[in-house]
Parts: sequence; C-alpha cells; structure tokens
Amino acid sequence: MQEKQAEPLLEQEFIVQGGDFIHAGEVSSSIKAILKEIGISHDVIRRAAIATYEAEMNVVCYARRAAFHLAITPDRLTVIAEDEGQGIADLERAMQEGFSTSSREIKEMGFGAGMGLPNIKKNTDELRISSVVGEGTRLEMVIFTRK
Amino acid sequence: MTFRELANILGAEVLVGDERMDSTIRDAFAADLLSDVLAFAKEGTLLITGITNPQVVRTAEMLELLGIVFVRGKRPDEEAVKLARAKKIPLLCTRYIMFETCGRLFSSGMVGCIERVENAGKTG
Repeated sequence: MQEKQAEPLLEQEFIVQGGDFIHAGEVSSSIKAILKEIGISHDVIRRAAIATYEAEMNVVCYARRAAFHLAITPDRLTVIAEDEGQGIADLERAMQEGFSTSSREIKEMGFGAGMGLPNIKKNTDELRISSVVGEGTRLEMVIFTRK
Repeated sequence: MTFRELANILGAEVLVGDERMDSTIRDAFAADLLSDVLAFAKEGTLLITGITNPQVVRTAEMLELLGIVFVRGKRPDEEAVKLARAKKIPLLCTRYIMFETCGRLFSSGMVGCIERVENAGKTG
C-alpha cells in the first residue's frame, strides 16, 4: 500500500453554529448518514459519529461557529473542525478527563464534564489539536478505515 | 425483555415507539451526564436518564441506543420527542426514581451494558 496522499473519494463541508442547542448534532447526524450510504464499516461509523458529535457539542457550547470538513480517502476518514471562538488556553489540561471550564447551563444540559476531548481521542486513531486563545481551535480527527 | 414487559414493570407511558414494543432489550446504562453516556454506553443498550433535552436523543442516535426511559416523572421537551419520532427511537416515561427504575429492571433480568469502567479517574 502506498503512503502517498490519495485524492479524497468524497469531500464535504458543514457549518456548525455556536449556541444553537436546538440543532446541535445535525451535522454529526448528516456525516453519519453519508458514511452509512457509502458503506463504511459499522465500527468506523460509530467511532466517527461519537467523535464528531463531541466536537460539534464543543462548538455549540463554547465557540461562535465552526466549519466541519469531512474527507474520505481509500484508507482513512478525516474530519477537520475549525472554529472561531475563545480557544483553549491549556491544551494539556483540556485533554485530561474531568478538566472543564463549562458553565452551569452547560452542565445542566448533561455536558461539560471534561470528557469530550478525551473521548474524541479514544474514538480516533489520530488527533491533532491546535488552538489560539481569542481566535479559535482546530481539531483534526482521523480514523483508519482499513485495519 | 421486550419493551412491552419493560413498560409494564415501570408502569411507564410510551411516548414514542408503540410499534417497537415487541422488540427485545437486554442491557442498560443509567446516567444524567450525557458526557458519560457518550464515553461508556454501548450500542444497542437502553438509556435510563433524567435529562430531557434534544441532545439526549441525539446522543442515542449517535450511539445507536435502542431506547430511552425518562425517570422521576420527567417528560422530554417537544423537540426531543420530534427528533425521536424522526429517528425511530422509543421514549418511555416512568415516575420511579432512577434507583428504583434500575433495581426493578435488574431484578427482572436486565443487566448493565458494562459492569464497571476500566480506569477510575485515569487521565490522558
């Protein structure tokens, strides 16, 4: 198998609005439907759905808006979530289970327990995060589709 | 057990999923923290919760859970019900508290979808 970057078989972009709790999850739902339609394996779909949904809830809870870019190549599925928002000051702490800066409202909704980023990490094969405080956060989530 | 048996045990009202009452369910996960549901609940399990917003249904959709039981007499909001209808996820409401709900189902043969987590409070 060659390691060269393959042309994506499918690419699509989605917009997530921060603070829109009613529609929160729609982008993940659309991505899940696309993956099902093109016949990605069940386990990969499930992990992608969980990781994307966690990332989408992060945007809805903490950012102004984000673009979610889905790309599928023969060997991997990549979702890049790039938001405009407050950014993450301490990425190392944000990756620790239980660390959260969430408000009471977010906790009352059942989120903000400091499990999101660790759970994204758990469900992806590669995770790259970069963030600039006051500007935004970029998450690159990769799941290999061939094992 | 079937959803019908489950509804009888809990004296539960079926809000969505009348047509699914003969399908069977084996295990469950109970929590009021959706972050934990996303981290620990397994596919094909039942969710027992007091959270009633649309995100609980989204969470069930993402994890492919088989249904949701709302405890303590709580009723899901309208958006949550609409979404559950669209995604064909059964919703039931019981007046039992979460402890009683779990206890009654457990003593009727239902088990946890996992028994315990692997690493308590592990970081990174």
